[in-house]
Amino acid sequence: MAILVYAEHDGSALTSGALSALACAQQIGGEIDVLVTGSGVDEAAAAAAKVAGVRKVLVADASHLEHHLAENVAPVIEAVAADYEYILAAATTSGKNIIPRVAARLDVQQISDISGVEAPDTFVRPIYAGNALATVRSEDPKKVITVRTTSFDPVAAEGGEATVESVDPGADAGLTQFVGAEVSSSEGPELTTARIVVSGGRGLGSAENFKLIEELAEELGAAVGASRAAVDAGYVPNDYQVGQTGKVVAPDLYIAIGISGAIQHMAGMKESKVIVAINKDPEAPIFEAADYGLVADLFEATPELKKALTAA
Amino acid sequence: MKILVPVKRVVDAYVKVRVRSDGSGVETNNIKMSMNPFDEIAVEEAVRLKEAGTASEVIAVTIGGSQAQEQLRTALAMGADRAMLVEADEGLQPLAVAKTLNAVCDQESPDMVIMGKQAIDDDANQTGQMLAALRGWAQGTFISALEVGEGEATITREIDGGLEKLKLPLPAIVTVDLRLNEPRYPKLPNIMKAKKKPIEQTTTADLGVETSTGLTQVRVEEPPARKGGVKVDSVAELVDKLKNEAKVI
Ligand SMILES: Cc1cc2nc3c(=O)[nH]c(=O)nc-3n(C[C@H](O)[C@H](O)[C@H](O)COP(=O)(O)OP(=O)(O)OC[C@H]3O[C@@H](n4cnc5c(N)ncnc54)[C@H](O)[C@@H]3O)c2cc1C
Ligand SMILES: Nc1ncnc2c1ncn2[C@@H]1O[C@H](COP(=O)(O)O)[C@@H](O)[C@H]1O
Repeated sequence: MAILVYAEHDGSALTSGALSALACAQQIGGEIDVLVTGSGVDEAAAAAAKVAGVRKVLVADASHLEHHLAENVAPVIEAVAADYEYILAAATTSGKNIIPRVAARLDVQQISDISGVEAPDTFVRPIYAGNALATVRSEDPKKVITVRTTSFDPVAAEGGEATVESVDPGADAGLTQFVGAEVSSSEGPELTTARIVVSGGRGLGSAENFKLIEELAEELGAAVGASRAAVDAGYVPNDYQVGQTGKVVAPDLYIAIGISGAIQHMAGMKESKVIVAINKDPEAPIFEAADYGLVADLFEATPELKKALTAA
Repeated sequence: MKILVPVKRVVDAYVKVRVRSDGSGVETNNIKMSMNPFDEIAVEEAVRLKEAGTASEVIAVTIGGSQAQEQLRTALAMGADRAMLVEADEGLQPLAVAKTLNAVCDQESPDMVIMGKQAIDDDANQTGQMLAALRGWAQGTFISALEVGEGEATITREIDGGLEKLKLPLPAIVTVDLRLNEPRYPKLPNIMKAKKKPIEQTTTADLGVETSTGLTQVRVEEPPARKGGVKVDSVAELVDKLKNEAKVI
């Protein structure tokens, strides 16, 4: 029973999401291989070979794989799929983009965003914005899965000694062309892996005011998140959105400021260890999930909180 | 240019869903149902392309029970030209939906399929990508901007690190994200007119689609409830609790 993990990387190391997908693979059990794709990925492949518990690293290196376009990556996975009973990837925007394309080509009903492994063929996944948990069983000869990264602690990036093997990168599908990217430049830690997240909502009122959130986050060494309303209003870029249709986070501490607590927002943060809510409306649903709730005007409480932390 | 827009009937986004006590699923009896919010955005985008003269025809299609005609009426009221119900068992999985849409594409030969990135009931986020794979077409997922040119479309995608711009040759599939547009509320006269429009009907069997998949649902349950905590009276008390009780800072 062999498992292939399609692993994202940043050019020099596997992402934390990939390490979580590997942790999920270990729970399923079996020989675990990693597939690294891209253009000029020797360093990432070498890093992948050091990851604990990996048997073999497959590398597909070609210029048409540089931007990880689904039309070009999916055939690479498909070409090696015969050797595997499982194909896994993290449920990131890249995994969600590529993996269903693979599943359809293999005629397999993919299992999205799993949060638990009950048996090698039985998995748990949240549905309805996490308001229900579905347990599903797959009888497909191959199981194609994306993994909710916050549900699996990443495996160690060191300690392994896998072999590295080149595989056929295929040809450019000649479909989609990469035009450009606008990578948002936040200075703090990465949202999905940060130990502390401070998120702001519509209550902030403007992009200018959102600085209050950023300053508090900086003081705490935290990542900055946001509700959909804050993103839609243009206070912050799209990739700050936490929720059902944004990013899922599960930090040790999540501080929600000026966020009402809609189910779609809670879907992305309710697995956090400790939740703090600051909201002027004592009836806001966020207080039902918060371990510590402070009914206050955020424009007073947020700077005060920052000051109290600086002083401490 | 012909545009196909698949729309799904789902429990309304603002209903608090309840899990059935027998674990068979989520209660949908006497519950407000709506068009999947992402699909409203997809219909809106297609209708705007029609209004701009870029598209010549917008076809809404749903796969499900006959009640899903309500959602097709909404699409017609928003400005779709035609509507099609493919009758099928409820709860069809994404692979089966993609195969059915593939058969519809064989018949209709659309230049573009605009659909939701995710259905808010199964939260699968698969169908568009699967349809693109089955047709061998380019895919633009999670888009927040769409510009249609001669034989191609330029899209902006919302990705984990920010935004990405791609050019897709047509025909292509795009799946829409929340910030592509704000869907209109259909006007009353349009709602009335939509009631009279015919809805084309077919079935997955007529289309010759195999709808069984290898995945079965074993049970559905409530997630563990999160206990609400305490209210603190001041920032000082909050800091104290975080330090000394929760020990997270
Ligand atoms: C298909 C779909 C997908 C969605 N996906 C997501 C998602 O992924 N993530 C997400 O977050 N949302 C999502 N939403 C939107 C969600 O339903 C809510 O609309 C959104 O989360 C509300 O954001 P908010 O809490 O910032 O705004 P609001 O609900 O407007 O809340 C603002 C809060 O700020 C408080 N406030 C205002 N002023 C102050 C002040 N001075 N001091 C203190 N408190 C103050 C108010 O009391 C209020 O509680 C989705 C919706 C749909 C339909
Ligand atoms: N039964 C269906 N009928 C029509 N369209 C559907 C159906 N199921 C899914 N879709 C389309 O596929 C998108 C993604 O759904 P999913 O892959 O289930 O998250 C939806 O936003 C719809 O556009």
